Amino acid sequence: MARALTLYEKLWQSHVVADLGEGEALLYIDRQILHEVSSPQAFVALREAGRQLRRRETHYAVADHAVPTRSPHADKHRHGAVADPQASAQIAELEANVQAFGVPYADLDGPEQGIVHVIGPESGFTLPGTTIVCGDSHTTTHGAFGALAFGIGASEQGTVMAAQCLRQSRMKTMRIDLTGQRHPLIAAKDIALAIIATIGAHGAAGHAVEFTGPVVRAMSMAERMTLCNMMIEAGSRIGLVAPDATTYAYLKGRRLAPAGALWDRAVAHWETLASDADALYDKLLTFAVGSLAPQVSWGTTPDQTLPIDTPLPDPGTLGDPAARRQLEKALAYMDLAPGQTMAGVPIARVFIGSCTNGRIEDLRAAAAVAYGRQVAPGVQALVVPGSAATRAQAEAEGLDRIFLKAGFEWRLAGCSMCVAMNDDRLAPGERCASTSNRNFEGRQGPGGRTHLMSPAMAAAAAVTGHITDVRTLPA
Amino acid sequence: MTPPPFTTVSGPAAPMPEDNIDTDIIFPARFLLITAREGLGRYAFHDRRFDADGAEVADHILNRAPFRKAPILIAGANFGSGSSREQAVWALLGMGVRCVIAPSFGEIFHGNCLRNGILPITLPPAMVEMLMADAARGIAATVDLPAQSLTFEGREAIPFDIAPERKEALIHGWDETAQILNRFAGPIAQFEAAQRATQPWLYSKESAA
Repeated sequence: MARALTLYEKLWQSHVVADLGEGEALLYIDRQILHEVSSPQAFVALREAGRQLRRRETHYAVADHAVPTRSPHADKHRHGAVADPQASAQIAELEANVQAFGVPYADLDGPEQGIVHVIGPESGFTLPGTTIVCGDSHTTTHGAFGALAFGIGASEQGTVMAAQCLRQSRMKTMRIDLTGQRHPLIAAKDIALAIIATIGAHGAAGHAVEFTGPVVRAMSMAERMTLCNMMIEAGSRIGLVAPDATTYAYLKGRRLAPAGALWDRAVAHWETLASDADALYDKLLTFAVGSLAPQVSWGTTPDQTLPIDTPLPDPGTLGDPAARRQLEKALAYMDLAPGQTMAGVPIARVFIGSCTNGRIEDLRAAAAVAYGRQVAPGVQALVVPGSAATRAQAEAEGLDRIFLKAGFEWRLAGCSMCVAMNDDRLAPGERCASTSNRNFEGRQGPGGRTHLMSPAMAAAAAVTGHITDVRTLPA
Repeated sequence: MTPPPFTTVSGPAAPMPEDNIDTDIIFPARFLLITAREGLGRYAFHDRRFDADGAEVADHILNRAPFRKAPILIAGANFGSGSSREQAVWALLGMGVRCVIAPSFGEIFHGNCLRNGILPITLPPAMVEMLMADAARGIAATVDLPAQSLTFEGREAIPFDIAPERKEALIHGWDETAQILNRFAGPIAQFEAAQRATQPWLYSKESAA
């Protein structure tokens, strides 16, 4: 009988084109998503070498990182309305490239525009059992579908375009079993942050992380995507959840998902992907979510995260001078003091969106908190749907009116304030409650201070003006 | 795009005794709007090397002699974590860095280094700490890739690991895409034929949009 295999091993083995020895293989890549910021140099390389796309239909391109989330026009179109000349040129370059090479493209003003990791799943481009790459580290997101998905650099993008393959090293495997019953206001984001705080920003390096257990099985696809999305913040390029009925229900009928007889064949294949019952992992972790409190990052790496009521660490108690210096540096950058808790810390900006938390379920969670309340005086709060389709869905549900009435800004889809390379940025020293994924120095703008949290927590910060335990908001 | 070949590199090693130096620190996101890959050296560590007015921060290690043009960086754990932006590597290359020594690396950054002629050397934390002290005193180092050895002046050579194929590719400055196309055209076509038969839904859409 064949050796029992994990989901990761099945995905790996089914994509090996050639074994290169030493744990490396030439891996076949089924899908690539391209965006305006990381793809230009890959197209240049392709042109310079006189190469063509091997299978143009396996790529899907969109502009998301550099795009503004506002339009000066009444009909909200952004084409030709991007004020930043560099951003405008970058979008134009993507459009010229997709035209020249015949790459399918989600137009900036079309119904499928949005963040790469939101539109891949929404369009059915993301499918279980596939290998998916993108020039973006949060490609981990697509692992929520049982796809082998990972972020790559521009050089590798060019390789995939020309050869449909990449040279990769096989990862070790780590299983994180999520158990217990969480509070209804504890989100997948809280679980992800708590895991990262526990294992560290490099804690899953070299490992493909698979989430298992009853908590994951009960999660929506949006929640699974949040979990997998954040695994890069623990150092892992790959997060995984085995596909199940929830996955198939999400995918069925999506534009690029198989249909008819092919759908049945595809599901039959996807059913074989789950890890075998007796498969062995290199690392096993059990994580109980029952007593989890809302998590808030306080420092400048995502593992510098604590439950909202836990006092911040004191550098004075650390023996190792290097560790002490780093802690002091993080506290100084964030303008926080040892011993204080995150609860009550005033914020100036709120950002609800990103590939981590810009999906319809995230907007519903934030809207539930915003409903009947008002954004606190002096706070600017942005709601940025992850895609045009998400935006349309939210408007059909009336969420936009809830946000607008409460004083939030309702923006167009894009990466927005997750990455300081479009119009949405923090000013130096500004403090932001953010549903994004990175609290790095300057990530949301030079000198900006980011606190990562769930959508409900960010909305609670918006309406109170300070970081607040959403479970304690008066009804 | 062929990377510059790597055989030996000698010179000062700029010490960065800090863990988790991410690619946003190495190359701030707003400069990603530049689509060129040449000339990015001036943006490396930009928001730490320069103040808000664009003036040099005098005490930044890369603004001080003899580290201003150091070909080697020696840093804390998880160097190059975060974003996949290859500009982080192009910026290092642009300022003349050819080798980074650290206890561990962000994985995407690590791969990006190898594809661009920068040698990432992973050494145990205690070893890095010891060498960091040498580096801070301005003691120069020599990296010999064919011999897989790292020598700080006055110390014994320290061996380091690298996969044989990666080593060959760096020494010769091979372009990975060309290598794959030259060596594996047959197996790729065979793989596609087999996959098309067993998973036809991956081949049924002519166009995504």
